Order: sequence, then C-alpha cells, then structure tokens
Amino acid sequence: MSFGTDERLHKSLGSKLLNLIKENSVPIMFIIICAISIPLSGFSISYLINEIITRMGRNIFLILSLLIPIMAGMGLNFGMTLGAMAGQIALIFVSDWQIWGIPGIVLAMIVSIPISILLGLLCGKILNNAKGREMITSYIISFFTNGLYQLVVLYMMGPIIPIAHSSIKLPRGYGIRNTVSLLNMRQSLDNLLAVKIGTVKIPVLTFLIIGLLCLFIIWFRKTKLGQDMRAVGQDMNVARDAGIKVERTRLISIVMSTVLASFGMIIYLQNMGNIATYSSHSQIGMFCIAALLVGGASVDKATIGNVFLGVILFHTMFIVAPSAGAAITGDSMIGEYFRVFVSYGVITIALIMYETKKRKMKSREGKLLELAQREEEKAN
Amino acid sequence: MTNNYNPLLEMRNIRKDFFGNQVLTDINFTLNSGEILGLVGENGAGKSTLMKILFGMDIIKETGGYDGDVLIDGKKVEFNTPFDALEAGIGMVHQEFSLIPGFTVSENILLNREPKNPNFASELFGDRLDTLDYDQMEARAEAAIDKMGFSIDRKMIITNLPVGHRQFTEIARELSKEQLKLLILDEPTAVLTEKEAETLLQSIRNMAQNGIAVIFITHRLHEVLDVCDNVLVMRDGYVVKNVPAKETNVAEVTKMMVGRQVDTAASGSARDFSNSRNAMTIKKLWVDMPGETVRNVSLVVKEGEILGIGGLAGQGKLGIPNGVMGLYDAGGEVEFYDEPIPLNNPRKCLDASIAFVSEDRRGVGLLLDESLEWNIVFPAMQVQNRFLKKYLSGWITWRDEKSITNITNHYIEKLAIKCTSSKQKSRELSGGNQQKVCLAKAFSLNPKFLFVSEPTRGIDVGAKALVLDALKKFNRENGVTIVMISSELEELRQICDRIAIVSGGKIAGILPAEEPSEAFGMLMVSQVK
Repeated sequence: MSFGTDERLHKSLGSKLLNLIKENSVPIMFIIICAISIPLSGFSISYLINEIITRMGRNIFLILSLLIPIMAGMGLNFGMTLGAMAGQIALIFVSDWQIWGIPGIVLAMIVSIPISILLGLLCGKILNNAKGREMITSYIISFFTNGLYQLVVLYMMGPIIPIAHSSIKLPRGYGIRNTVSLLNMRQSLDNLLAVKIGTVKIPVLTFLIIGLLCLFIIWFRKTKLGQDMRAVGQDMNVARDAGIKVERTRLISIVMSTVLASFGMIIYLQNMGNIATYSSHSQIGMFCIAALLVGGASVDKATIGNVFLGVILFHTMFIVAPSAGAAITGDSMIGEYFRVFVSYGVITIALIMYETKKRKMKSREGKLLELAQREEEKAN
Repeated sequence: MTNNYNPLLEMRNIRKDFFGNQVLTDINFTLNSGEILGLVGENGAGKSTLMKILFGMDIIKETGGYDGDVLIDGKKVEFNTPFDALEAGIGMVHQEFSLIPGFTVSENILLNREPKNPNFASELFGDRLDTLDYDQMEARAEAAIDKMGFSIDRKMIITNLPVGHRQFTEIARELSKEQLKLLILDEPTAVLTEKEAETLLQSIRNMAQNGIAVIFITHRLHEVLDVCDNVLVMRDGYVVKNVPAKETNVAEVTKMMVGRQVDTAASGSARDFSNSRNAMTIKKLWVDMPGETVRNVSLVVKEGEILGIGGLAGQGKLGIPNGVMGLYDAGGEVEFYDEPIPLNNPRKCLDASIAFVSEDRRGVGLLLDESLEWNIVFPAMQVQNRFLKKYLSGWITWRDEKSITNITNHYIEKLAIKCTSSKQKSRELSGGNQQKVCLAKAFSLNPKFLFVSEPTRGIDVGAKALVLDALKKFNRENGVTIVMISSELEELRQICDRIAIVSGGKIAGILPAEEPSEAFGMLMVSQVK
C-alpha cells in the first residue's frame, strides 16, 4: 500500500527524471548497446530495417500472446511453449495433407485450436494449484509437455496417427523427420499484399493481423472478462470476496494465451519456411519473454508498446551482435554467445528488479512513518 | 411488540463457542430501519464474532455454526455465505481494505457489478465478453458518492488515494448496492483524520435519514455517543447493557467495557523505582509492523522493575518490543544502560543481553520440529557459545549434550512443563507448555533485560498463573528488568509495577499498577486512531 504523501518523497524534477531512468533502465541499456553496435557491425540501414521488419512480422504475434496472463497476474507464462507445440503439430498435419499457401495456414490454425485449448486447460489447472509460483511451474510444465510432444511426434505419428507422406517421415517408417519443409507455404502470408518501399519489403497482411490482435487486446481489456482478469491479477482475495470466479478467470487467461501462441507459432514458422520438429519450440518461450522484458515490461505489467519496442531492440541486437562482436574481437562466435547470454541475463534482471521493487515499497512505508513523525514534531 | 410490526433486524439468544470456548452468550437485540446502533467493547468481547454471524462468514460455519435466531423483517434467516447476506440487503465495511489497488474509485465501487453492454462476441461466447459501460459506471459511482455526502475523485487510482478516502470508497461501494438495508461499519474511523471522521459521522446520519440502519463498531466512544441512537456494550461475550446514547456518557460506557465483575485489584506489590538507574531509554521510536504501527514513542524503563505495556489490539503495543528487537522495520533511538543499540539488528540486542519472548509462539518462538533441549538452549548456544565443548584449542566445537539435558530438566522441573521427556518435540506440547518452553529459552540466556509479549495468550487459567508467577520470580530473584506486553489489563495489574497504555501508536500515559481499572480504560480509548 502507498499513501497520498507519495509526492513528498520525490517531488523535485531531477529526482523525477532519475526515477524515469530507473524504471526504464532495461530498455535504455539496450538502446545504448544497439547504438554502439550498429555502426560497428557495418550493416547498411536499409538492410537493418528490412531485417527488423521481417522479424517484427515473425515474432510480434507470439509475444502478444504473453500479455493476457500478465494482466491476470500470472506473470511471464512459459506455458506459451505449449501453444507453440500445438501450432507445430497442426502444421505437420497440414503439410502431410499437402494443403499449401494461405488455405494451409488457415487450416493449421483451425486444427491447432482444440490441441492448444486442451494443453492450455492442463497448464491452467496446474497453475491454479501453484499460485504465486506460476513462472517456474509453467517453465517445468513446458519441459514435461515437451516429453509428451516427442512421444506423439516421434513414436505415435505413423503407427497410430496416420502420416501419409514419406517425405516428412523418418527413414525408419515412423516418427517425423528433424526438419519438415514448409517451402510451399513459405511466407505466403507475408507475401500476399506485400508492399515494397525501396529495398524494404513490408508484409502488410501479417501486420494487419497483428494490428487486429492489438485491437482485440485493447477491446478485451474493456470487457467484463478483461476487467475481472485485471482485478484478479491485482488482488486475488479482494476479487474473490467481490464474487469473481478467480480460478476460472485464471484458467481462461491461460487458455487464451495458449491458443494465441499456437497462432503466433504458425505465423512464425510460415515466415521461416521450415519446422525444426524437435527444437523450434524449445527456446521460443525464453526469447519471447526476453524480448518483452527488453521492451520495458515487468512481471506484473506489460503493454502493447512494450512488445513493439522489445522486438525492435532485442532483434536489432540479435542482428548486429555477431558482426559487431566479430569487428571487435575478430571472432563472430562472441556475438552468438552474447545473445543467449543476454536473453537469460535480461530475464534474471527482470525477476530481481520485481523483488527489489516489492521490498522497496515495503521500506517506503517505514520512511513515510518517519516523515509523518518528523512533521508532527515540527508542528508541535 | 404487536404482530404486525417487525424490526428490520432481530438477533435472538445468539450463542457461539469455538471448540468449547464460549465467546458469545445469549445475545439479544433489535434494530429498526434508519436506526444507528453503536457496538462497543474491549477486544475479545465478541463484537467481531457477532458481526461474522450476521454476515454469514465462512469461519462461523467451519467452526460448527451458532445457536439462536437471526431475523430479518421478522423472518428467520440463515446465511451460509456473505453473498447470501448481501442478497438480503446487509452490507459490511471491514477493518482491512478490500479494494483493488490499481483500479479507479469508480471501478472499485462497482467491482463485479459493472454495468455492461452486450455485443456480437458476447452473443456467441457468453456474457463475460460484454463490454463495460463506462458512462453508466461513472454515473452510478457518482450517485453512490452523493448518497454518502462526501465527495471523492472518482477517477483516482486507489494507490494514489489518501487512506481516509479509501475508507469512503468502501462505504460508497456498499451504498451503491440498491438492496442495501443495513450497513455494518467495523471501526471505520480508525484510519481517518479528525475532520474526515466528522464527515463520516455526518454521512452516517444521512444514511439513517434515508432509512438505512447502521451498526457502528468503534473504540472512539465520543463518536458513538455523538451519532448513535442506542449503544450496545459487550464484555466477555455478554451484552452488558443496551442503552439509548442520550442516557449515558463516556465514563459510564468505559466502566461497563472494562469493569470486571470482581475488581481483583492489583496485588498491592507494586514498587517504586523512580530513583533507580535507567535500564532502557527509548526515544522517538517508530515501527512499521503491519496492524501494530508505533508512532513516536518515548519511554524509560527503570532497572529492576516490571513495566507493563497495555492497550487495545491494533494500537501498537506489540510493535514496541518487535521494533526494538529488530524484527520489524523501525527508526528512532534506543539506549541500553547508556549504550546506543542499533535498530533492525536482532543480534545486537541479543549480544547486549536483551531477550525477547515473542507473541508469535509457533512462528518466531519455537523450533516446532526439534526437541525441548534444542529449543531451550539454541539461542544460548548460538549467541553466547554456551553448552559447547571445545577440542583442539577451539578449532572444533561439540555440543555438550550432558549439560544441555541437565539445564532442560532443570527448567522442566522449575516451570512444571508437562512433557514425556526432554527429547520430546515442541510441536507436541500444549499451548501453555509451549509458552513455558519459550520462557525457559529466554531464561537460559541469563538476560539482564527481558521483553515478554502476550505471555498468556491462548493458554488456560492454570498455566497462566504459573507463567505469571515464573516471570515475577525471575524478576525478583535474578533482578532482571522485565517489560511485559499484554492485552489483559488485569494480569498486568497483578504483576507489574507501572503500566504504560498505548493508544493510536503512542504512549497515552503511564500509571502505577494500583490505579483503578477505569483510569486505564480511559487511557486506552483516549487516542484511538
């Protein structure tokens, strides 16, 4: 709890500015890193813009799927990996049925819905039993579900689940190959309605879909369910006392996130043009969460703006870090190493900052008490 | 009363016990529409339990329900959940805030009762996808705030709101419910400034004029007499008196609240220490202990005395020892025999030979899954390196099991701790015996100074007498200065030399223990916040 005496604690303009910097320290740090590495990397601006726009189209939908659980107070949801798996399974089916292009993408999305709902329900039920520890629980659930995914894809596809085309099957006759080519589907969403400005290709349709999702999220916040989620996210007990069904609301938020993540994964993979069957999904959760945090989000607060800023900064670093690293040390591996290191680093920093912020809030109460006492003495 | 007249609320022969411990006995009262009833009594008098029964709180059902009848408009009702009570038109504003911190005032007033508009999506997926009607929401919030007669900024986020306004937001939430007939206010003025409290009293009068009945629970007696039609005084689970506010006064009500049937006056053993050395000097202490905030306390404890600290719950008496000992965030100055003691550092206090028996027996006081031996000698081992054997010129230290068993058996005998052996786990003991273990633990440190917090809470009469006796003996025989904090004034008066009363986080006054109960009672309610 904080009091109305807030302003007295930090009132001067200077300290306000300092506060602003403190609160946005992660994005500022990344802006500085990018500003230094862009000239070092030696890439042309048009190349960079082209790359960044491609990656925005590829990643933003996935990252947006993280916003709803944060709104419901469930933190950064590694359970989105489950949605990614659902999306991949759907794409495997669709490519086996040889349905390509836009129809293939739409069909894959439809097929992924029941799978992701099922996985979302599983994840949500478990998370309702692990309140306050959602992040680590969802992280472990994603590992566990990865086992189930491998069971299905490696052993059941073929003998139990019919897979017709040998091009996607392992030579032994069952199980899916390490790579499933989506060549006939590659960037069909991005290329439809694409506009070229100079050398920069803008995937208009993909951005339209992302825009629609953004509008949906904005609209959703104004619905009764959205309002309930915000209430549950901020104080579960108060929400329960007011008659809001806390568990159900949390469950819905996870299911929505999982379904959106499966759509996001399909958009991501159509852009890449192939599925790395056993690894595409494994780090996607971590990279999405890292990008969101780089954009200035925290464990309990994230906006659409954070998503866009995060994707731009995080992926600029991704693009320029290897070359910049090579330019400085003569070894391009250093940049490669740097990006993984940074992803984990950002998540760790975000978690530490979340805890220290909570502690600071607590010690501030004491300071206010001291302040009130001193003022009282002055008055007497 | 005639048959065609029914009061809004009638409670008949209400009885309630918690596992054999009678907390309410034969409570009877009636309340009419537009009437304001003041409910007063010490902590533990049964006010909260009575209101919990009326409001259908889960805890009542879980502990075996209650006896007697609750009648609304002459019809017998039984509320299983607070939602049933709300349905019947009863609203309650609890002591703790129940607000969503990041929502605006309007959003909180209409929490989960937001006006909605259906749309295309909600036709398909159910009404939870209805969009909220923000204009309607503001209008209804405004109407509720108007009804209250105190204006608050509807668009403000709760976190940025002064505490008093949060209280008004809660009241406005109840008023926004159309079916509201009876409003229970549990210590609503506790967090308000004087001016805000006056406004609240005025708005309570407004509500009553509009036909809403109000039950007003508070420790601020002058407010009760000011605004209420009737005053219901409770003590030890009984209604002592139900009297029109006009026919009584603060002194009389105080007397009814604290006065025991037999005034077992102080033991007469209170001593005068005004010429002794200062053992501990506390200056301008503040402590941020949730629910027990201490504000600007200055206090001198004399060497060799037993100083009692009393007061109503939530007024800050527990914050004083917890703050000095460094268990909660604190500021100010503490000197121990003219040496400054740093705050927020429990080890320094222990090193200075100050011991603390916490009110949180099971959380702070005991290692529940360890033996009595460990519990009793653990601090002495950790802090003073006692009960240890040294080998290889101090490079290796070993526990001295024999002396540990000896001292434990010594205390088991001395304090009559009921246990199977000194190896028994402390979890398995009864509350009273656990308390004795806590005392033994503190005694085994051989402290110069001892804080004892709520030593008799939740233990039976026999154990109580033993604990008090042990403390008195420890003080007399070893010359240890003791500060004892307790909610029970009578027990403080039995063993203390002086008693300080804390009210509103401050020391309201320090009196010799022989002063009559009423004098202490007046101090208790003097600065209640």
